Amino acid sequence: MPQTIVEKIFAAHRRDTPTPENIILDLDVVMCHEITTPIAITDLEARGLDRVFDPDKIKAVIDHVTPAKDSKTATQGKILRDWARRHKIRDFFDIGQNGVCHALFPEKGFIRPGYTVIMGDSHTCTHGAFGAFAAGVGTTDLEVGILKGVCSFRLPKTFRVTIEGELPTGVYAKDVILKIIKEITVNGATDRVLEFVGPVVEAMSMEARMTLCNMAIEAGATCGICLPDRTTAEYLWPFIQEQYDSIEAAVTDFARWHSDPDAVYERELTFDVSGLVPQATYGFKPDEVKDIAEMEGTPVDQIYIGSCTNGRIEDLREAARVLKDRKISEQVRAILVPATPKVYAQALDEGLIKVFMEAGFCITNPTCGACLGMSNGVLADGEICASTTNRNFNGRMGKGGIVHLMSPLSAAAAAVAGHITDPRKMLAMGAK
Amino acid sequence: MREFGGQALFLDRDDINTDEIIPAKYLTEITKMALQPYALEDLKLGGFDPRRDLAGKNVIVSRANFGCGSSREHAVWVFEVNEINTVIAASFARIFRQNMFNCGLLAIELPQADLDTLFNLGGEVQIEVDLAAGKLRAKGKRQAEFSFTINEFDRRLVEAGGWLNYADQHY
Repeated sequence: MPQTIVEKIFAAHRRDTPTPENIILDLDVVMCHEITTPIAITDLEARGLDRVFDPDKIKAVIDHVTPAKDSKTATQGKILRDWARRHKIRDFFDIGQNGVCHALFPEKGFIRPGYTVIMGDSHTCTHGAFGAFAAGVGTTDLEVGILKGVCSFRLPKTFRVTIEGELPTGVYAKDVILKIIKEITVNGATDRVLEFVGPVVEAMSMEARMTLCNMAIEAGATCGICLPDRTTAEYLWPFIQEQYDSIEAAVTDFARWHSDPDAVYERELTFDVSGLVPQATYGFKPDEVKDIAEMEGTPVDQIYIGSCTNGRIEDLREAARVLKDRKISEQVRAILVPATPKVYAQALDEGLIKVFMEAGFCITNPTCGACLGMSNGVLADGEICASTTNRNFNGRMGKGGIVHLMSPLSAAAAAVAGHITDPRKMLAMGAK
Repeated sequence: MREFGGQALFLDRDDINTDEIIPAKYLTEITKMALQPYALEDLKLGGFDPRRDLAGKNVIVSRANFGCGSSREHAVWVFEVNEINTVIAASFARIFRQNMFNCGLLAIELPQADLDTLFNLGGEVQIEVDLAAGKLRAKGKRQAEFSFTINEFDRRLVEAGGWLNYADQHY
């Protein structure tokens, strides 16, 4: 019977089928951070079950609030740190090595095509960019994952999302996914997988594919997924060169996960992005999306460039295109949060950090921080933020704050203009 | 298995997200009980006052896509420590729904027409949940009975007192 990529991954990881609608999967990677894991750890301890199924398949990071901002966050970090040491979890990333989980773990080569991955974090769907089934779960699912190496799922149906055409200048994966969420709506893909295919996806870097998959959850989807190809193999090559004779061999092996040509999809959606313009959200839901030009002049108080959606090196490069030799408006404050130490170091090497600093940005260490209103740039009541993050919920970045989601280029242009603007005008003017 | 049902709290809005149920700034708590005062603090719903309106309630009745957004199980725990044992809605976000069953609590989906009837019963509404029969009996100014189904696996999780108990027995 023909299968989609996710059906193949499920078949290869099936531990049990307790009912015809549910499946228990063996997990390849269980990822942990300091916000949702400590209660799992203390519960396992209280039950006398303080064990881990396989320390090498568990990856842990302190990323949401780091360095700790107060005694409570210090305690959360300590619980995770002590646990990782106690169970000899080698892949534990603390201050100095830590970064936003969904940017850090892919960089380390932990996610491979065909893997099953869970984390107590809804944006775990990011890792579908590698052709893995990766899903956000709650703390109890995480706890069972840590203890038993399994997780339960309903058998998912798949939407095939074909992205055709060619991305115009100044338009990115972020604009594409915002447009897709607008079309599907915030719950149109609940209990579904979004399989992203087509020439635009094939031409995307791994960074762009991660941006695309990152926001699948904002349409309700369990996972976003891309078919692993040469781009995937080249990204992973430093980690898989012992395993394969050549990149070509890896590409051939990865192809076994590809959906069969006659696989069954519940729904087919096609987007031609050749005419797409920069997008942004209004309102308090990620499907409330408009052409950014329709929001021209909307005032902003803060610009935030970072997060698991858009804090990677390509994002910084694109933002820097309009920041070079320009200053941010006196009306705004602007924050750059490179997503990982590697991104930060690379941005330093490429002179990007200097561009951001000279433009007037504050640069913080890698952390999730203000994306969810935890630290490093929380909004005051009534303040407006142009942000490269993934959620514009009421109060998300601080009680009473308002968030407009957009691409890094659009956010940088808002910083310079002091209000929301079509970034392509500034690009056309070139560096000043 | 715990008892389900009780007095209803009506939240007449789609897309109530987990940031509204428990804002991220409280996720630094490391006990469930510490979350108790903050339930629904950021809910955007005209006239709603969480401290006044949540007291004495055991069942939340809402609309589509309840619990969307963040995976935080804190959104379920903050209900649990406020004596909420059941959420009834037109539909749920996947992670929230699973978190409810994983904690041995009920997330029940009702068709739109039934929900409209439930929302319009008037007065203080008391809801009885008969899990074995798949029936909800609601009594306000008027009465109504509704049928529901839940996924068989989720039913087993509820009967086991949650996913950890179930998984520890089976895997």
